[in-house]
Amino acid sequence: MFLQQILNGITQGGTYALVALGYTLIFGVLEIINMAHGDLFMMGAMVGWALVTLLGWSLVPALIGGMVGAALLGVVLEFTALRPLRRKGGTNLSPLISTIGLGMVIQNLMVRATNGQPLSFRVPLSEGVIRLGPLQMTTAQLVVLGVSILLMALLQWTLSRTRLGRAVRAVSENPETAALLGVNVSGVILATVMLAAALGGAAGVLVGLSFVSVSATMGLPYGLKGLAVIILGGLGNVKGAVAGGLIIGVLEALTVAYGGAGYKDAVAFGFLFLMLLLRPQGLFGISAAAVRRS
Amino acid sequence: MLRIRGLEVAYGAVAAVRGVDLDVAAGEIVTLIGANGAGKSSILRAISGLVRPRAGTIEFEGKRIDGLRPDRVTALGVAQVPEGRAVLARMTVLENLLMGAYPRRDGEVQADLERVLARFPRLAERRNQLAGTLSGGEQQMLVMGRALMARPKLLLLDEPSMGLAPLVVAEVFRLIRQINEEGTTVLLVEQNARQALRIAHRAYVVETGRIPLSGAAADLAQDQRVAAAYLGGR
Repeated sequence: MFLQQILNGITQGGTYALVALGYTLIFGVLEIINMAHGDLFMMGAMVGWALVTLLGWSLVPALIGGMVGAALLGVVLEFTALRPLRRKGGTNLSPLISTIGLGMVIQNLMVRATNGQPLSFRVPLSEGVIRLGPLQMTTAQLVVLGVSILLMALLQWTLSRTRLGRAVRAVSENPETAALLGVNVSGVILATVMLAAALGGAAGVLVGLSFVSVSATMGLPYGLKGLAVIILGGLGNVKGAVAGGLIIGVLEALTVAYGGAGYKDAVAFGFLFLMLLLRPQGLFGISAAAVRRS
Repeated sequence: MLRIRGLEVAYGAVAAVRGVDLDVAAGEIVTLIGANGAGKSSILRAISGLVRPRAGTIEFEGKRIDGLRPDRVTALGVAQVPEGRAVLARMTVLENLLMGAYPRRDGEVQADLERVLARFPRLAERRNQLAGTLSGGEQQMLVMGRALMARPKLLLLDEPSMGLAPLVVAEVFRLIRQINEEGTTVLLVEQNARQALRIAHRAYVVETGRIPLSGAAADLAQDQRVAAAYLGGR
């Protein structure tokens, strides 16, 4: 059923959007791509798994725990892979490499810790199916969709309505002006990296919940998908990350339903390629020409 | 209020300021005049903490501020309006003004916001518009209103008249004098020496990173050398 596939796609797309928002926040303030983001996502899932499976926590505290865990790793990321290079004033390519490096370290440590095996992630949730007319959702799907929407709304509110959000936007537009207005730029950058990591960590827990399993290598496909999403939506753009995530999620669901699961990634990245030809700045991005004019 | 001794600023091997002494007393308008690239802006950038001086001291109200981070300097009560109308273009007029009050934690921000909007009716009309869509003159009003939101003791203005229409320039200078009369000390960097000398109490002439000449603004306006170099035939 077509509508059912759209709904499944939106649920999946919500997690893509959460991952993509992490990239977009960091790109917004630092103009770099954080290549360790997929591994922060994975660590969020791992912390969530440990809290549920080893300590018997229920879903909501485990989700918050996963976000806090990822955010703390975000602090490590800022102080090892980002800030020292910023001090040296290198190009934006050096953090690309340093974040790949940190991501590898995290991933390899986790591969060792889990012997490279996926871990079963069973959250105590009622196994019910909710029906809404012809549509149906599992409880897990409903939780994933609900939490994604809630976090996106919370992020939007933080950015547009709070003092911290205004400071983040000011730094992303012009760090020098922001500093002259009294913003502690380093502090805002740290807060942004932690926020981005926390969103990635939340997405990790939600994906673990959907697939009933977590693994040390689960970050890579999601990291790449998140990158595709922000390029589709426009770099550094919150609206674009959400729209891009939903579009790719829905496209994938439709491909699985009507084409075959094997073509899922081919269709998603094929669409991305087509978009880049037609609208290189992304859905909500501004073209390089317009940036130069302003 | 502000006391600078032996200030030197360099960008790499290029020296921009080579030993400057400068004082600003509370309640004054002091202007730095001089040609493009003479080092005027570098002096301001050193005061506000955007560049770390290579040598020399900067004291604000008796406290050393040289080498302090810009947000710390701002928190002490020094607001800088940077060159080129640095509005936050992707934020609304209202958000720009609120950013001006960023370091403040008192409960009077809202009242000050109303006061600034009353002072600049054009900004009040456009309060929910993105700052990037304002005209040059409106943007200059916005950055000045934004600086006032910080309730600064010392206001640093970098070329506020640059690129503005003559009528707007007159308005900007009227505004600077008004702000000063309300009790804010002003350090003004200007290429428009004639107008700057008209509103300032004292002036420093900046030339290749040094100060060859300083004194009461009215005297400098009459000075042969100043007239020849900076007032031209205009």
